[in-house]
Parts: sequence; C-alpha cells; structure tokens
Amino acid sequence: MTNGKYGDFGGQYIPETLMNEVINLEKSYEFYKNDEKFKSELDFLLKNYANRPSILYFAKNMTKDLGGCKIYLKREDLNHTGSHKINNVLGQALLAKYMGKKRIIAETGAGQHGVATATAAALLNLECEVFMGEEDIKRQALNVYRMELLGAKVTSVKTGTGTLKDAVSEAMREWTRRVDDTLYVLGSVMGPHPYPMIVRDFQSVISKEARSEILKVENRLPYAVIACVGGGSNAMGMFYNFIQDKTVKLIGCEAAGLGVDTDKHASSITKGSIGIFHGMKSLFCQDKFGQIAPVYSISAGLDYPGIGPEHAYLHSTKRATYVPIKDEQAVLAFEYLAKTEGIICAIESAHAIYHAMEIAPHIDKNENIIVCLSGRGDKDVASIARYKGRNIYE
Amino acid sequence: MNNYFKDNVFNKGKAFIPFITAGYPTLEDTIKFVLKMEEAGADLIEIGIPFSDPIAEGPVIQNASTVALKRGASLDKIFEMLEVLRQKTKIPLCFMSYINPLFKMGYDNFFKKCDELNIRGVILPDVPFEEKKEVEDVAKNYNVHIISLIAPTSNERIKTIAQKSSGFIYVVSSLGTTGVREKITTDLSKIDEIIRQNTITKTAIGFGINNPVQAKEVSKHADGVIVGSYIIKIIDKYQSDAQDEIYKYVKEMKSAINTP
Repeated sequence: MTNGKYGDFGGQYIPETLMNEVINLEKSYEFYKNDEKFKSELDFLLKNYANRPSILYFAKNMTKDLGGCKIYLKREDLNHTGSHKINNVLGQALLAKYMGKKRIIAETGAGQHGVATATAAALLNLECEVFMGEEDIKRQALNVYRMELLGAKVTSVKTGTGTLKDAVSEAMREWTRRVDDTLYVLGSVMGPHPYPMIVRDFQSVISKEARSEILKVENRLPYAVIACVGGGSNAMGMFYNFIQDKTVKLIGCEAAGLGVDTDKHASSITKGSIGIFHGMKSLFCQDKFGQIAPVYSISAGLDYPGIGPEHAYLHSTKRATYVPIKDEQAVLAFEYLAKTEGIICAIESAHAIYHAMEIAPHIDKNENIIVCLSGRGDKDVASIARYKGRNIYE
Repeated sequence: MNNYFKDNVFNKGKAFIPFITAGYPTLEDTIKFVLKMEEAGADLIEIGIPFSDPIAEGPVIQNASTVALKRGASLDKIFEMLEVLRQKTKIPLCFMSYINPLFKMGYDNFFKKCDELNIRGVILPDVPFEEKKEVEDVAKNYNVHIISLIAPTSNERIKTIAQKSSGFIYVVSSLGTTGVREKITTDLSKIDEIIRQNTITKTAIGFGINNPVQAKEVSKHADGVIVGSYIIKIIDKYQSDAQDEIYKYVKEMKSAINTP
C-alpha cells in the first residue's frame, strides 16, 4: 500500500465497506499494468477502436491571427466518443474485465465520461449504470439518449445540487451496495487512491504522444501546455510527461462561471481551500463550516467543487499554474475556434482555448504552445445557442 | 479513559444507541428528543453532524441533513445547543460526522470542545483505519475515542481493526448505505467471533436495523444495537411533536434486546 499521497494531498477517505475493494483494485492494477496480455489488448483498443494516436494539429489560422507563438491543438476531440475520456475508460473497463467484474458504474457531468463508459461496456460486454445529476440530464439530453442507445442505464441523481458532485456521491453509494460484482469506473484524477494514479496513467498517453510529436515537428519543447480542469483528467494527461521538463509551463484553466468574485463559479484552486471530500484531501469550494459549496459553470464537465489531489500538489509546489476563465470568455473562444479553424470544440476545452488566445500574442514567434482540445462541441451547440439568445432545443 | 464506554454505556445489559441528526427539524427539538431518549432508557446517543454530501447515508438521513443545514444547523450552533443540553443531562453522547467539518474547524478546536462537553467518541464514516492517524493523536490528547467501523467486507482487516480499536466498535451490518432493511444477511456471528478473539472492546451493530425482532436477533452478536434511519423516519412523520413516538420506540427497543 502506497496510500497515494501527493505531498499533503490525496489519501483514501472512504467508508470501510470499500477499503478491501480499493486495495484489491490497486493490486490488480499494479499487476495488470505490467502484464503483456493486458497491455497489448489495451494498446490494440486504443489504436483500433479509440483512434489513437490523436493528431497534434498546427492551428495555422489562429497562430497567424493572434500574431505570437505557434499554437498546436492536441485533438482528443477526434477520439471515438468525442473526448479524452475514452483513454481512461478503455483502461478501467478492461481492468474490470480482467478482475472478473460483471458490471461497471460511473458518474458523469457533461455526459462525456458516461458515454465513454457506456461505449466500453457495450464493447466489452459489461453491464453499465451511469449516475448523472438531474440538472445535467436537462443540460445534456442528447448524451443521455446516447448512453441509453449504448445499452446503459442512466440514473438521475436528485440529491444536493443535482450536478456532478452528487453523481459522484451516488456512484460511491451504489458501489458500497454492489462491491462484489461491480467496479466503479471513475472519470477523473480524483477520489480515493488508487484512482488519481490510475486515471492519470491512462490519460498520460496524451502528453506521451504530444511530447514526441512536438519534438519531431518543432525540434523543441513547448513554451507551455494548456488544458481545462474540472476534476482534472485531461489536464493531468496533458501535463504528466512534461512535469520533468522544468522549462515547460503547465497551465490549468478552471471554470470561473460568472466570475470568481461572485458565488457562481467552480474555481476550486483560485477560491477554494484545503478539505477532505470524495475520498481525497485536496482543494474544494466550501463554506467556513466545511460544507461543500454549490458551484456553477456553463460547462457541466467543469462544474465540480474540487480538483484532483495531484493538481493540488502541483499547485502547492508552483510547478503548475491555474487560471480562472469565465463563461463569457469560454463562449467567445468556442465561437472563435469555430470561425478561425473550423473546429467546434467542447465548451470545457474552450476554457483552455481562451487562455491560449490571451497569452499567445505575448510569446515569441519561435516558441510553441500546445492546447489540449479535450472534446468536441456537438453536445454544446444547443446550449451555446440558447446562451446567445437563440431558442434551439435538441 | 479506556473504560468510559464499558462503564457508562455497556453496563446495563445490551446497549441501545439511537441516532439523531442535530438540528432536524430544529436544534431545540434535538435537545427535547435527546432528553426523551434518555428517559426511555437509551444508553448512548449518537449525534449526527449534518453534512452537505453524506456519501455513506441513504435517502432518509441525507434528507434530514439537508433540512438541518438549510435551517442553520452549523457546527458552531450545534455546539451551542450541546452546551444547553449538557446543563440538563449527563447521558453519554458521541458524534457521527464526516471528516471535512472537523478538518475545517481544526482538529484541536473540535476535540477540545468534545472534551468540554464530555463527548467521548467520534464516528467518522469516511475515515477508514488507514487514515485514522489524521485525527487519532489529537483526539487522544482530549480523551476522545475514534470509533472504528467494521464492515461485512472487512474480512482479514477485522483482526487489525479490532486490535487497534478503542471506545467501542461499530459493526456495519450490511453493504450499502444507512437505511431501513427488511433483512440482514451478513454473517454477523462470524464477524463477532473474530472481533472477540482480538479485543475486549465492546461492539454495537448498526445499518438497516429497525424493528424489535430484528434488533433482538442481531444483538446476539454484539454488546449493543444502533438505530438511525428509523428514528429519523419517526421525526419525518411527527416533526417537532415526535418526542412521544421516539420515547415509545426507544423503550420498546431497549426492552426487546434485553429480554431473554
């Protein structure tokens, strides 16, 4: 047992009922990650099913328009199911299969992780139940139907704020009920150890590819890599293989909603404080009595009151920096990328695009930055239209 | 300190331990209900500190927590209420809380308060054995026990947890969250046997227990029985007027588990 600490952060703050199972999960993961059969099967799925490696795309128009450093986009949106979530889900679902589990459960916010989990379950013939907050079910109706189409049961979570945090709580509760035949496929680098480690490892393929690709085309490391953070899985994946490259700035973009000076945001690093919740010690939006605060973002995928423990650690050591991006800025970037590059990205990823737009003009032309384009934006089109005052319903 | 629960809670036959969410429906009602429970023969009262996101609770206690928080049952108000309560009764009390409210208040401040109020045990459902060190030393400084939980899935962990236990051991009767169950299917006698082989610490069984017949059955495998959700359901129904129903229920349960 390593106990999964990242400095002061991380740990395993979960009910005793789950302890043997997370220990079992860690042991299984440590075994299978070095098992040739498991590795080759996962590798095959990533290449032939998920469409890896994802493209490192040079955003020529955007670079020219902004007039600074070169901008590259790591196109996780082109993966099967439309986001980086599939990288982790294939790994965990395959692990579930090797562990002899019959059923997987998952939480979802925007629906991306739920869709990816339902997809992997269909492929690997596992029973699947996805927990989703009732507010998110309204915001992301199309993804709900997608999951059902894939054979998953979608359970509406009505407790609390009816968003991602409540979906996580309910998935944890369900796991304590069915711990014997079920694996909880957690979607982000959060929760109790070993999840932050497992999810980071499965997502680190993003920076593994990006690092070798950028060295190939630019023959130099990027000035910065940028990703949006909710729980922080695409960001951890984008950062991981650059952590040792001290010159590369790691920048996470968290959801500032209507602004960090209002109470409508989800900026757990900018405005949160240390706490213990959902199995981990990390940074959370909370009140002075330690009650978890309701959070808000236009993006259902970033609408979470905490952040993975390794991000809290990278923040505390100043290895990574985190900036808040408001709804209106994300929407502006969403439209900008569509018009400039012909790419409709997820509203989550648009938070990272906005920050790239802000900093690129000030960085030398010989440098380059990589933005993780974590997902595609089809799911967001209707809600952005409504945000802009056009009454479109899916 | 080591014998507090043995001498004050588990010293009158099988112990009956009712749970109540602080501030549900109001903090004044909590005082009233605790006093009624004592009158009815409760041996220890478990005071639940409401939390916004209680991951080990079923819908009944989740709802009570939400309502209590909405009506302002913050930790400082709960301590104020307990100060008033302590002027009226010496009944043994323990806390049931998620770790974050304690962390935020500061462990030293929290356990110091417990000591002042003679609250000798704290149950933390999201702090398993591996993370107990988070609070153990501070709690010990103030003579407060961290109550260990043992679950149906604990298996080989039972031995270690039992050996390192203090205060009393909370045996979780069933998988899943808190809430009323028709049947308890866990092999409680086996768990009980392993615990007894490894410690003299007293035990209480909770999760899912509601009626006298069931309580009597599970009490064969422990020194006490804990009931939470069923009491909250009584309060759901009768609200601020629940004291007589609570009294009847506690009396019936205490008597059932002590009838040969």
